[in-house]
Amino acid sequence: MSDTVKITIDEKIIEAKKGEKLLWVALQNDIYIPHLCAIKEENRPNASCRLCFVEIEGVSNPVTSCTRNVEEGMVVKTRSPVVDRLVKTAFELLISDHNLKCSDCPANRKCALQKIAKERGLKLRQKRFKTIARDYEIDDSPEEFAFDRSRCVLCGQCIWADREEAKVGAIGFTNRGIKRVVTTFEEAPLAESICTQCLMCVEACPVGALYYKK
Amino acid sequence: MQLLEGEKEKILACVDEVLGSSSKKQEDLIPILQKVQAKLGYLPGLAMEKIAQGVAVPAADVYALATFYNQFRLNPPGKHQVKVCLGTACYMVGGDITLESFERRMEIKEGETSPDRLYSLERVACVGCCTMAPVVVVDEEVEGKVTPTRVDGIMLALQEENRKNENEKMSGQEAGEAE
Repeated sequence: MSDTVKITIDEKIIEAKKGEKLLWVALQNDIYIPHLCAIKEENRPNASCRLCFVEIEGVSNPVTSCTRNVEEGMVVKTRSPVVDRLVKTAFELLISDHNLKCSDCPANRKCALQKIAKERGLKLRQKRFKTIARDYEIDDSPEEFAFDRSRCVLCGQCIWADREEAKVGAIGFTNRGIKRVVTTFEEAPLAESICTQCLMCVEACPVGALYYKK
Repeated sequence: MQLLEGEKEKILACVDEVLGSSSKKQEDLIPILQKVQAKLGYLPGLAMEKIAQGVAVPAADVYALATFYNQFRLNPPGKHQVKVCLGTACYMVGGDITLESFERRMEIKEGETSPDRLYSLERVACVGCCTMAPVVVVDEEVEGKVTPTRVDGIMLALQEENRKNENEKMSGQEAGEAE
């Protein structure tokens, strides 16, 4: 038995390693699928951003491509009316409480949200959901970086970097639902926590929430 | 929240005892937190740190759990516990205004305890007497149709009770000294 499989994504025939996740196979082959929370090394992805939906022939509902293993003969469509609607909704919900002052944001033009909007023809303004203006305080206690939670998309990339790469464990998710934030133990400023200021979380942040002070 | 005299030792002893009778695996975290809270009445930061060390997970993870579940409280129960109902009926007739009135009068937010530990304020979902909405449970007493004016009345009664207790304690001490 060979350890590669042949799959079709958007009519392009692709050879992929068995056991690989659909999302990463597509990305490697220059087929863009929106994603925020996906981490390649993670065995059980959270699939919490709800952006990487695709349709697979023979599967009745769209699936998150970050959780789906490639299978021989799989026929995948990255765009369809159903997929586009799901992605649009997830995206609009994400930006409904997002600080959209892009011109003031250090991630302007390299932001994952802007990329998704551009690739999928979505607008960075939405009217469908009530917008929530967050009045979180900016934590600028670390020497080289700061954390503005009003720009955070709760993707968890920084937490992964903190735990799995830096092996520190200073930050984690706190609270539930609309109050959910990334924070330290007892919500202490980063400089007063066990954070080593290794900057790996800043590198991991796909938006402008964790940023260099310059 | 400032720890009281001798509270630190109590917390450490309690955590030691609970950890001692557990297998200290990650999946035991919730039962451990439940047992510690049952003994202390709440989860102090010190306890969460010690539990994190015992189970070998980041303290931020213990904090994440404790803030995720409604069953855990991070502040000690006050001498007087006020629970404001924000169930559907109470919410519709202005339970949130009642809650705000208490927040203003107690100078704390929902879920917090006053620094002197006299008052703690919580929100609950349905006490089971919706006809009396908006409902407030003060210690064990159910109060119905609580308007902001009634909040003032309730607070006054609680303050009066505190003063009486204080006086009794004082005169008790004086009597003790006189003997």
